[in-house]
Amino acid sequence: MYSYLLPEFTVKRLEDRCIRCRVCERQCANQVHEYDGELDRLFTTEEACVGCQRCVVLCPTNALHVQPRTADYRPNCSWTRDKLQNLKKQAETGGVVLTGSGNDRPYRIYWDHLVLNASQVTNPSIDPLREPMELKTFLGKKPDTLQVTYDNDGLPRLESGLHPNVPISTPLVFSAMSLGAISYPAYKSLATAAREFGTLFNTGEGGLPAHMREEFGVSAIVQCASGRFGVDPEYLNSARIIEIKIGQGAKPGIGGHLPGEKVSADIARTRMIPQGTDALSPAPQHDIYSIEDLSMLIYALKETTNYEKPVSVKIAAVHNVAAIASGIVRAGADIVAIDGIRGGTGAAPLATRDNVGIPMELALAAVDKRLRDEGIRHKCSILAAGGIRCSTDAIKAIALGADAVYIGTAALVAMGCTLCHKCYTGKCNWGICTQNPYLTKRLNPEIATRKLVNLLKSWSHEIQELLGGMGINAIESLRGNRDHLRGVGLEAWELDVLGVKGAGE
Amino acid sequence: MNGLNVKFGMRDNFLDGLMPVSKLLEYADINETKAVIDARGLKHKELNDLLRESLQHGVSRIVINNVFGQRYIGTRLYDPGREKVTIEINNFPGNDLGAFLNGHRIIVHGNAQDGVGNTMDAGEIIVHGRAGDVAAMSMRGGRIFIRDNVGYRAAIHMKEYRDKVPVLVIGGTAQDFLGEYMAGGILILLGLTLQENDLHRANYIGTGMHGGVIYLRGHVEQHQLGREVGIRPLDEKDKEIIRNYVVEYCRHFDANPEEILQGPFIKLLPVSKRPYGKIYAY
Repeated sequence: MYSYLLPEFTVKRLEDRCIRCRVCERQCANQVHEYDGELDRLFTTEEACVGCQRCVVLCPTNALHVQPRTADYRPNCSWTRDKLQNLKKQAETGGVVLTGSGNDRPYRIYWDHLVLNASQVTNPSIDPLREPMELKTFLGKKPDTLQVTYDNDGLPRLESGLHPNVPISTPLVFSAMSLGAISYPAYKSLATAAREFGTLFNTGEGGLPAHMREEFGVSAIVQCASGRFGVDPEYLNSARIIEIKIGQGAKPGIGGHLPGEKVSADIARTRMIPQGTDALSPAPQHDIYSIEDLSMLIYALKETTNYEKPVSVKIAAVHNVAAIASGIVRAGADIVAIDGIRGGTGAAPLATRDNVGIPMELALAAVDKRLRDEGIRHKCSILAAGGIRCSTDAIKAIALGADAVYIGTAALVAMGCTLCHKCYTGKCNWGICTQNPYLTKRLNPEIATRKLVNLLKSWSHEIQELLGGMGINAIESLRGNRDHLRGVGLEAWELDVLGVKGAGE
Repeated sequence: MNGLNVKFGMRDNFLDGLMPVSKLLEYADINETKAVIDARGLKHKELNDLLRESLQHGVSRIVINNVFGQRYIGTRLYDPGREKVTIEINNFPGNDLGAFLNGHRIIVHGNAQDGVGNTMDAGEIIVHGRAGDVAAMSMRGGRIFIRDNVGYRAAIHMKEYRDKVPVLVIGGTAQDFLGEYMAGGILILLGLTLQENDLHRANYIGTGMHGGVIYLRGHVEQHQLGREVGIRPLDEKDKEIIRNYVVEYCRHFDANPEEILQGPFIKLLPVSKRPYGKIYAY
């Protein structure tokens, strides 16, 4: 605990409602609440509160209120409370300030400045409840042309060779969250929900436990990242798609450290490293210093899996993202995944999370345009990630050129996360981002799976409704179809990068 | 150029203009136990198609002649149901030799390039020559013997789990960042290509190392070592490990173990299992 730091939250207890059941005390891994038997009273240590609201929602008598406490220092637009608090933490430790989850800075969220079209008079809208509405999406490289010949009986035969493609029932894919960063129940829930709904989950770079490979491999995107944790031929061959992780939107350009205390026996076995050692992911992959080297790894992975699986390359959205994406496609990738500045993380330096990278909307539009201009857009699928909060964000991303979107934070929230941003402490009271068995057993995988499936179901239905409103009956027809978007409150250069007209134009 | 709408041209160096396997079989002589492949002019994928074909014929030994830079030799031989094979390569395999290797044995009569045994899982690679950069990168099991020198960042991020301990034996010396980020495994550097009293070539040896062990024969100055490693004297167990692998090295490359074992040897160990545990403010 730091000295002279103001609490970030105020914990109010309505004494006349409190029945001393001590639920709050048991539920708080940060030890905010403490019961004094002699006085028959609960005391609070506000400094330790992270505002996760676990105690509030579990209090049977609604006796607790936890509220942000923001305006204690003299108000100052430049030296905000966060800046002051971080300075004090650094002065006390000499350390790099850590944070979790996604960027919370007020960068422009372009989704909120884009509006969708709908059919009026000139073409009919479609009602998805009664008419076919296709959300099925194929991830992977498409052929340049389709050559069909007819045999003597007049039956058609496809001459052109096809590349491996993976069908998903909805353009929503769970994004990379590794076992180790998140708990086993959370990981298992993502896998189960993805399999049940016919979409995919992403193992992150922490491996896929051997006992899950047979059952969940068909729904897995497995990562090969700089740490190469748990990467063996069986792991790669068990998966549906292999993803080379170059970067992550929350921390472009840096590696990762899974602290030794999180490397439990199970995590150690999955990552194939000794228990209790730091799992260090180097910043670069040391066999990739160029597009040519990337190509080498892409084909090494294709060789390992007998050219049966698409290979994805995930990059953080950075300044030259369009040129980089073009290089990635030319290097032989089947899928390009772009993670924007609002992408989440289990742990990242605050400085990096909040300041490095560009918004995904701009990056996505730039990449899609560049690949189209170069005539190679069909050679890859694009997966957009980082700050997709709702079905309309997803559908706007598809209109800007994505084939499908990755959802991470939204899935965590569906399971219980309240975005307290303390993922890096390993004390997640919701049992999601922790390896402490006392905390992880709070997350029931069956219930969490249901919630995730419901999330996919409701978003998919909303996407169908919106598509129908536009008079479109297949998600493919919307991909890169910017005519269905208009900008509101955007500058000319922003509209230009997005390739979107202003509203009314 | 594909003659379509691709403006800047896009040629796939790996997949364009490949021969079908039926045609490729003309380049191979496969009988019940052995396959001999003439790799002259074959592309990466074509050669590996033939290797996979040979494996599926159930051979136990594959000889590849006229190898000039073809990559990923041994990588596409993941087939859990089959016996492991021995592959002899004449003379110069390309990058990522034995990447993700799954228990097979590869013998190279010549030099190897970058990425030998990249993320190798099990098996053995023996190189009668030198190897390029990032040899044994992220290796997680099996053994690699390199007769002469290696390039930069050998054994980077090698890791171990319980009895699955990878071993890299280098007969010569290495370039910078040897054993960087090493998280497990055994790395033995014999320095046989150096003159007596010469220093090893590498700087930043074992920088960021947090597991495993490096045995180094010959001389290094303190400034050549990363901050995260310390020099320790050898105990009896270390000597036994060194003896075993030196004897094996000599068996492969026809050298005299007693001469090599005279040393001097030092042992490098990581100072901490958690080198970066204290750099953060929570």
